[in-house]
Amino acid sequence: MSNLLQPHEVDWYEASARERAAGLLDPKSFTEFLGPEQRAMSPHLARFNLTGAFDDGIVVGRGHLDGQEVFVAAQEGRFLGGAFGEVHGAKLVGLLRAARDGAETGVPRAVLLMLDTGGVRLQEANAGELAISEVIRAIVEVRSASVPVLALVGGRAGAFGGGGIITACCSRIVVSEHARVSVSGPEVIETNKGVEEFDSKDRALVWRVCGARTRYLTGGADRYVKGRIQDFREAAIALIPHAPPFELGTLKAEQRRLAERLQRFGDCRDALEIWRKAGLPEPERIAEIADDAFLAIQRPKGADHDAR
Amino acid sequence: MMLDEVLASLFPSGHTLERGLSGTVHGTAKVEGQGDVTVIGIAGGTPLSVDGAMLLAGHVLAAVEAGGRAPIVVLVDTSSQNMARRDELLGLNEYLAHLAKSLLLAAVHGHRTVSVLFGHAAAGAFIATALSSQSLVALPGAEPSVMDLPSISRVTKLPLENLKELAKSTPIFAPGVEPLFATGAVAETWTADQPFAPRLAALLRRPVPTSDLRDRTGLERKGRLLAQKIAERVAAEAAAHA
Amino acid sequence: MEQFQVRGTAKARAGGDRHQAITGVNASGNLEVLVERMLPEHECLVDVTTAVTGFRAIWEAVLQEFFERSSPGGLRFSINDGGARPDTVILRLMQSARLMETEG
Repeated sequence: MSNLLQPHEVDWYEASARERAAGLLDPKSFTEFLGPEQRAMSPHLARFNLTGAFDDGIVVGRGHLDGQEVFVAAQEGRFLGGAFGEVHGAKLVGLLRAARDGAETGVPRAVLLMLDTGGVRLQEANAGELAISEVIRAIVEVRSASVPVLALVGGRAGAFGGGGIITACCSRIVVSEHARVSVSGPEVIETNKGVEEFDSKDRALVWRVCGARTRYLTGGADRYVKGRIQDFREAAIALIPHAPPFELGTLKAEQRRLAERLQRFGDCRDALEIWRKAGLPEPERIAEIADDAFLAIQRPKGADHDAR
Repeated sequence: MMLDEVLASLFPSGHTLERGLSGTVHGTAKVEGQGDVTVIGIAGGTPLSVDGAMLLAGHVLAAVEAGGRAPIVVLVDTSSQNMARRDELLGLNEYLAHLAKSLLLAAVHGHRTVSVLFGHAAAGAFIATALSSQSLVALPGAEPSVMDLPSISRVTKLPLENLKELAKSTPIFAPGVEPLFATGAVAETWTADQPFAPRLAALLRRPVPTSDLRDRTGLERKGRLLAQKIAERVAAEAAAHA
Repeated sequence: MEQFQVRGTAKARAGGDRHQAITGVNASGNLEVLVERMLPEHECLVDVTTAVTGFRAIWEAVLQEFFERSSPGGLRFSINDGGARPDTVILRLMQSARLMETEG
């Protein structure tokens, strides 16, 4: 049981959102905003005969990370797939706006988004979609105030749909092996385009297309970590001082690297082809080797960048 | 509405729009009181792909680099994001985010951004285009959505008839201009009885809000009764702990 | 959907000094339990919200047994149920009561 381990030793994948938030931060430094006892819940779920969550599936608050004041948000991927609803999204928007407004006083030093989401909560589709757009705008405002926003992805829902787009709006992205980052889900692609285009039941294929190792090797993520909360914490501490600024130069560099990726790999059908073209050793084994062996691989040229 | 009709009504004084690859369009147009505005867009109901997103972002960044504060008008008749293995493999999330960030950067640099939705826009394509501009205008024929009702029915396992009935009592999930107006996404809806050019000119003359007011608008229009209040409560707690 | 409250008496005050705790998650076969220390020492109650209707009598029996066994005096438990079985319900309630004895 997880209560035998120190909070930061717990496996990220197995941990609840609240455990991730508290475990990532310095011990006993986490303060939650609008906690579950406030019962800020969704007013829409009852219409669909669904019960809710006291925190509407997202934990937001502040704490210390290696002594520095940070804001954190953690989505509960097991509640309705961690999807964005009206209240859920608004909690994140409020946190980001507070970060923007506090920036000139130096608080917070960074915002950490522990994303674990299937995207928009369909029962509240318009509110969810709008919240995602408001989050994106707020992230840009926070980054424009020189406060880094980090995406940490490693839970069972991954970062899908608008969650995948939010991920790539962040200054830095950390993933662990379980993470999938994508826009359309595999099932949706299969339903729309057929099983030849995407066999959603082929787990190995899913991870080759949108899993953490592919993202990391193509520059779609900045750090690949092992699965403990401690590993995410160390990556966050290391990345905060190296967040790219939100400015024209950064986006022009991103335009160049994304264009180059299309040029080099635009005709690839599978990650295996990308890894072969990139000259990586033993491409067929990359998906199955242990994390230590994977981390020893040198990333292809262009994957290590600060153009986000 | 068809693209040519939209262009004729929006830019009667002329435009240089050309069609590019992946359903994109690009050029400049004259708007009264603004001089030349940059126009980009995606037309023909073309899904937004990694390639399309790159082209559009490139035009936006070029406008930012050119300097000045000329408005950017985004014409939208797309579909959803391109649903293809290739696009996801290549990191579609990064390409769509890049387009969204480019539009937001343009606004930061003083370019007024206005999306004119005259066809479809759904899901990730909606987020990266229409929802990433400061104002979203819906023309006749606009069909914004997160997901169509039959698909929502399939995923939520609620019968389509029940969903349609539910949609009458709340704008919180159904597709269409009305619910997206009520929830604050759509700023204005323009009807065919009034020419669009003067309306665009008037919109561009109004001072641009310095912050995102869509949740406030959603509250005023009673479409999103909680979003703004919840955001404010969280922000207030964050400030109180400072 | 059903929402109901089950009240009980407890022989003793629930141990610990913590004011509130939360455990579990509202997912299929699971439940979320928020516990708050806010009642007189020998009273306890459970607020249940569940989408699985028609089992109120079973909930009452399960909860009265929990009150008897764990004596959670002073505690209010609030449940968002995802269709959990009785043994899972008891487990979560006991977990939440135990959490109230840990450092807040």
